[in-house]
Amino acid sequence: MNALEVDAVWKYFGDFPALRDVGFKIQPGSVVALLGRNGAGKTTLLRILAGLAKPSKGSVKIHGSEVRDEPTRRRIGVLGHGISLYDELSAMENLVLFGKLYGLDNPVQRAGQWLEKTGLERVRDGLVREFSRGMRQRLAVARTFLHEPEVLLFDEPFTSLDDKAIAVLQKLILEAKERGSTVIMSTHQLREAIELATHAVLIRKGQVAYAGVRREEMVGDPGWLYRTFEGDTAS
Amino acid sequence: MRDKIIIGLVAIAVALLGWNLYNIFMVVPDEANQGAIFRIIYIHLPTIFTGFLGFMVALVSSILYLTKGDMKYDSLAAGVTEVSLVFAAIVLVTGSIWARIIWGVWWAWEPRLTSMLICWLTYAGYLMLRRAIDEPAQRARLSAVVSIFGFVEVIIVYKAIDWFRTLHPQAVLSVRGGGGMAKGMEGPIYWNWLAFVCLATAMVMIRMKQDETSREIDSLRREAHLY
Amino acid sequence: MKLFLDQTFTIAAKDLRAEWRTKEALNASIAFSLVMLVLFSFAIDPESMPEFSGGLLWLVFSFAGALVLNRSFARETQNDCLDALVASPVPPAALFAGKALANFAMLLAVESVCLPAFGFLFNIPWATYFWSLVGVVLLGTWGLTVVGTMFSALTVNLRLRELMLPTLVYPVMIPALMAAMELTRDLLNAQPLSGENLIWVRLLVAFDIIFTALSVTLVDTVLVG
Repeated sequence: MNALEVDAVWKYFGDFPALRDVGFKIQPGSVVALLGRNGAGKTTLLRILAGLAKPSKGSVKIHGSEVRDEPTRRRIGVLGHGISLYDELSAMENLVLFGKLYGLDNPVQRAGQWLEKTGLERVRDGLVREFSRGMRQRLAVARTFLHEPEVLLFDEPFTSLDDKAIAVLQKLILEAKERGSTVIMSTHQLREAIELATHAVLIRKGQVAYAGVRREEMVGDPGWLYRTFEGDTAS
Repeated sequence: MRDKIIIGLVAIAVALLGWNLYNIFMVVPDEANQGAIFRIIYIHLPTIFTGFLGFMVALVSSILYLTKGDMKYDSLAAGVTEVSLVFAAIVLVTGSIWARIIWGVWWAWEPRLTSMLICWLTYAGYLMLRRAIDEPAQRARLSAVVSIFGFVEVIIVYKAIDWFRTLHPQAVLSVRGGGGMAKGMEGPIYWNWLAFVCLATAMVMIRMKQDETSREIDSLRREAHLY
Repeated sequence: MKLFLDQTFTIAAKDLRAEWRTKEALNASIAFSLVMLVLFSFAIDPESMPEFSGGLLWLVFSFAGALVLNRSFARETQNDCLDALVASPVPPAALFAGKALANFAMLLAVESVCLPAFGFLFNIPWATYFWSLVGVVLLGTWGLTVVGTMFSALTVNLRLRELMLPTLVYPVMIPALMAAMELTRDLLNAQPLSGENLIWVRLLVAFDIIFTALSVTLVDTVLVG
């Protein structure tokens, strides 16, 4: 069964089609780099994959079920631009909260584990508003992976991370891949993404310009994909 | 084709209103208690009916938008609400004039007028909300929800305020169980209502056409700015 | 069902805990309501206050309450928490219910300071029909809460949120406020709930039921684009 199946998805904002007939399939265990210029439709697509918006036409299925179904959302982890954490709660309280919302049996224990994994064990009872930027980012990553989701969605994950956090995230993504989880990350940071990616999807003006395996040409020269499939000389 | 319908409706409305105007001033006798000013009922009541009919259409249209997702329904809901709001304003103005002549005050906090004022405020909020949202699909979705809430609230307000004792003339139309109007005086109300509905429909159609055009322009603009 | 309730309480507890840490909304709301009471003493001759008591009290409750209700979903936009909540397995109805419960508790907290203050400042005997009054306050406050929370969700992503929320929400609250004002005025003037008054109680209950059902049904549409 495909981890992710996007089928003839259209998304209209009024009369304007932000996504047109977008379709592709992703196997479990893939790491997909979702590429495209600003305004191409990457964020719109990701929001639909995350269940934050509904497609105007078409369907999105994760492991065979509709995204907005509750059991399905339990298997998805999302990391957007914001850290999605409450400033007035402690690190532990934040993780336990999301643990409960995601239906974990032992939220406290799992939260403790992830605090250790992200190096935040010492500040477990500190309020998030007192954290440094790097600590907040690492906690956000902990929140995303907390319930061990089978499908991970990242919206420009490397943009706001410091080096330490990037290293932690890369390691976690690789571990997720080993486990058979699927990762989809939209990104402009081609270098970091292409290293990890097994597949790439290029969105151009709301349509899929390329959806397939990561090609050798991309590894040394990330701009290759844009030049080849965007049909313009500027990379 | 659509333009022909619009012109047709306006023509019918003007004809009906013209004929009725003659009726109202020449044929119908003065009302026993209130005298000549009573004739304002021939505008006041039909505008109420048209306004309420409009808000009901807006409710149905909003629900249809939420279930079907077609922007046409959003256009209709917005257009109808705008036009009905104008009619509601006319109700308030004619009601106020009537009150001034009969009771000597420009405004009375009595049930029907108060309900209509609250109704007007509710739907004015709807229009303000629409102005505050740029993105068409979001605007359609959120204003549809507000339209539903607004209508339910207007019904509740109407029933609630009705429970107050009232200065307002009791129901006089034969269809509402009041037997108070003499034969021959009731007719023009319904003819005027028909005329107003034709007029309102024409206005809504014009409004919807404007809305479609502006959406098309917005969509082209987005497309042009894309890269 | 149990899961739904669990999630609802988790959300409510989270809101209340976060609010308790800062007490920003509570403090502002209580301070504002006390200032309003003082203003009333200038606006209205305190001797004739008993006549206006029911109405004014609910004016204070609704204005002070709006401060709390506005923050309800607004606080989720900080750090993009709302997206995380909507993407989580929590049904929007549970998210709404949890927030409504938390808001209800906060509004009651503000009112439990405001009501005695009102009685104290204007010599209004509010404890005569205490339990009836409590009943009316609970019903009326739930009406305000449900509508306010719903519109907080609706306006959360709008750039003119602070303007749109009051504009939209006050007309819709009118039936509940009307009923609550009538009932409270009677109770504060030592008239028990009976006979004619019961119409208002029924109106309040109907309002609460209808708008709770409507909100729970439509909150999904409002939160998911």
